[in-house]
Amino acid sequence: MTSRLLLPAALRRYAGDRAEVEIHGGTLGAALDDLAELLPQLERRLRDEQGQLRPHVLMFVDGVSVRSGAPMETRVADGAEIFVAPAVSGGDD
Amino acid sequence: MGLAILLIGTRKGLMLARSTDDRRTWATSDFQFLNQEVYSVAIDTRHDPPRIFAGVGTGHWGPLLTYSDDLGRSWTEPEEPPIGFPQGSDAAVARVWQVQPAPDGQPDVVYAGVEPHALFRSDDRGESFALVEGLWQHPHRPSWMPGGGGACLHTVLPHPTDPDDVMVVMSAAGVYHTRDGGVSWEPANRGIQAKFLPEDQRFPEFGQCVHKVAFHPDRPQRLFAQNHFGVYRSEDRGGSWVPIESGLPSNFGFALVAHPHRPDVLYNFPLQADAERFPPEAKLRVYRTEDAGANWEPLSKGLPTDAYYGAVLRDAMVADSRDPAGVYFGTRIGEVYASRDEGDTWSLIAEHLPDVLSLRVAEVA
Repeated sequence: MTSRLLLPAALRRYAGDRAEVEIHGGTLGAALDDLAELLPQLERRLRDEQGQLRPHVLMFVDGVSVRSGAPMETRVADGAEIFVAPAVSGGDD
Repeated sequence: MGLAILLIGTRKGLMLARSTDDRRTWATSDFQFLNQEVYSVAIDTRHDPPRIFAGVGTGHWGPLLTYSDDLGRSWTEPEEPPIGFPQGSDAAVARVWQVQPAPDGQPDVVYAGVEPHALFRSDDRGESFALVEGLWQHPHRPSWMPGGGGACLHTVLPHPTDPDDVMVVMSAAGVYHTRDGGVSWEPANRGIQAKFLPEDQRFPEFGQCVHKVAFHPDRPQRLFAQNHFGVYRSEDRGGSWVPIESGLPSNFGFALVAHPHRPDVLYNFPLQADAERFPPEAKLRVYRTEDAGANWEPLSKGLPTDAYYGAVLRDAMVADSRDPAGVYFGTRIGEVYASRDEGDTWSLIAEHLPDVLSLRVAEVA
């Protein structure tokens, strides 16, 4: 399965200034494992060392948030869009 | 003196200040790591070129431990994450609170203290770190509480000559000590009061919120501690502690700095109380003892005389290694002051910064 990982501006420097990256895997976990091989500095900004999404990272697979349940088990269809966003977690300065 | 460099870690980035005239004037650089907290900085002068470390919190994107071998002009992030809990440990590094190069006899060893309470050790100059399992597996760990800033291991104190002897300080777990290179750890809090506990439980074996411990390398048996209410001295490397706060306007605070050459000299920055984290009487003053805590004197010559409400955090006061010693502190309202005469007089060297979290200084050329 091949999917497109769409990146916010703050992360593009870790992908050679690209706005999107092609990754492979039938689940979100497998796709991010592939990303870890391809661009490890980018992957570690999305997941911690236990493979969990960082607390303030939002991901959507074909428009559906994967925050709840078991995000890494989310099915990723061929041609899917995986959208990454920083959570709107303002309030601090 | 050639080039002195002062690292200024702030809530929203890192600034470097350089002095080439024996610390008379300082030139500051552009801000780096914009909008990212820099809780820990270190300068490792054991190799040439010196290596600068920065423990950076990237907000949404997790913590980062990075280094520079060209005095901050460029930064290296290893391909493999340099620091992280082993798979299956059910923990992830939330913040790097301290980066501490070991003494000269261990030129490749670097320690890192992190949140949650854990110690990491590098044997390759900070390229990669391994969890110190002896502390992580300590039977007390499930009972360690977070301090107000988090469950942090914020201070690492390697013995200057014995590589197996290391002390760590954690909020709110207290002081722990290993004499076997990290295999086993003993609490070292006897005599330190946990004022926030019920009255009959205020001297526990562990659980104190010790904010900082400092010692002079020529006298490693003597330690000084700034506690969450209480300033203490130990003459037996943490075996027992006695109060030395008489003469201070408050026994609350964070920053505590040992003099680089004179084992009886210590600097302290008192704050009014935990619920009033301001300089006592809103007067910006550093306190110095020259007799290991028997007497204290306020130092304020050159500091602002109007009301001042900026606190100084635990790693935001340091001394250099010169003689006479330089002393530096940064405040939570973004000012950095320096003294090149052991604290007798002060001058402002940086201002209008975000709140200052960490300072380190070294002579690098």
